[in-house]
Amino acid sequence: MSTETALKQTPLFETYGKYGAKVIDFGGWALPVQFSSILEEHEAVRTESGLFDVSHMGEVLVEGKDACAYINHLVTNDITKLAINQAQYTAMCYPDGGTVDDILVYKLADEKYLLVINAGNIEKDVEWMKKYVKGDMKLENISDDIAQLAIQGPKAEVILQKVTDTDLSAIGVFKFAQHVTISGITDVLVSRTGYTGEDGFELYLQKDQVVALWEKLLEVGTSEGLKPCGLGARDTLRLEARLPLYGQELSSEISPLEAGVGFVVKINKESDFIGKAALSAQKEAGLTRKIVGIEVTGRGIPRHGYKVVSEDGEEIGIVTSGTQSPSLKKSIGLALISVEHAEVGTLLKVEIRNKQIDAVVVKTPFYKK
Amino acid sequence: MTKATANLLYSKEHEWVEQLEGNRVRIGISDYAQKALGDIVFVENPEIDDEVIVNESMGTIESVKAVSELYSPVSGTVVAVNEELEGAPETINENPFEAGWLIEVEISNPEELESLLNEEEYEAFTNEGEE
Repeated sequence: MSTETALKQTPLFETYGKYGAKVIDFGGWALPVQFSSILEEHEAVRTESGLFDVSHMGEVLVEGKDACAYINHLVTNDITKLAINQAQYTAMCYPDGGTVDDILVYKLADEKYLLVINAGNIEKDVEWMKKYVKGDMKLENISDDIAQLAIQGPKAEVILQKVTDTDLSAIGVFKFAQHVTISGITDVLVSRTGYTGEDGFELYLQKDQVVALWEKLLEVGTSEGLKPCGLGARDTLRLEARLPLYGQELSSEISPLEAGVGFVVKINKESDFIGKAALSAQKEAGLTRKIVGIEVTGRGIPRHGYKVVSEDGEEIGIVTSGTQSPSLKKSIGLALISVEHAEVGTLLKVEIRNKQIDAVVVKTPFYKK
Repeated sequence: MTKATANLLYSKEHEWVEQLEGNRVRIGISDYAQKALGDIVFVENPEIDDEVIVNESMGTIESVKAVSELYSPVSGTVVAVNEELEGAPETINENPFEAGWLIEVEISNPEELESLLNEEEYEAFTNEGEE
């Protein structure tokens, strides 16, 4: 790794230090892995609430008469089903069914959509999207202008409601409100979505406003147990909730069907879409491998890239994510393995530092609120 | 930390060494190391009677986020292992110099201790790392 390359920073970079952040390199971004402790932050989100800076995420605006048709050709889910102020989780695939990215589509207006993409994929995604631009529409990468905070946990609504007149209880799951004013900060998009397995909101706003919003939320939230949280806790939270992480459960080599998010693949939607033939064939023929939840019952923690072996010693796949689960106090992971061994209850081994450690396929999500 | 740490020796891999009776030493990781690792959730120590070799891997320590190798600061035979850590690895975060000790070793080459750092030198070394 070249230390000469300057890491990208979010507008909150200068603010992290004040809250005790430990900043590390996350795929080229200088982001806080933790503020106090990953375990404490994880616990805060499960029981009270946590505040995350996720401004590194990318945003692409698609506008025009053909915007809907364009996006629907690009993604596997069916965005024609979306109402205004509704969001949808979807995948964007290559013709061979591999995944370009997993994204959120926000329908802002009849001919206007916001696509939220993974930070590490911004360049690749935008290039990919541009290749398919067609008809009366325009596409704009606004990632550098938009910041994002996530407030997550059972107290998220109570805390956020303290600083806005917009009735948050009226915003349903995967719904959002636009042009919300929060403590004098105007034009915030407030979305009841998240990546933790808890209730909560994701807040999109102009980047020059985000420091003020961050500080305001902590000011009014601390008494309710709100804690600033880093990406370390974000990862353990999303893993317990079995939410895929691009680059681990999803990749150019792993289709959404294999990743266990087949609900975003609408083979029968009216319009054609990139990857349809390959994904139909995969569905038709049956999967040969898929992502399953595992629990390591022996001593050890599964980690990304560790080999998974059957009881007979045959190599059957790899661990895509793993951790010591803070909520369950168990060693858990997700693994991409051959379907013959994917049934819940199947005994396996994970190869941890040249030792084969006992594990078992378990039901997911590991944690459900 | 209640115990005086002034008599401890340190390796550049962030282990501390406490000289007990005879050629017996106790080994743990430094406060600096436990802070850098964050929440420790797993420790894999060598077993009693295992041989450890100076600067070679003697085990593994894992935080929520990362796996780190433990390097032995001395050569010798493992004579005691802190079994408490198996069920409570967070003890290392809470008390790295006492209850969070890792192993005790009967050292085979006492001269190796001379190449370790004293507390002042170790502090200077870790400050360097911080730039």
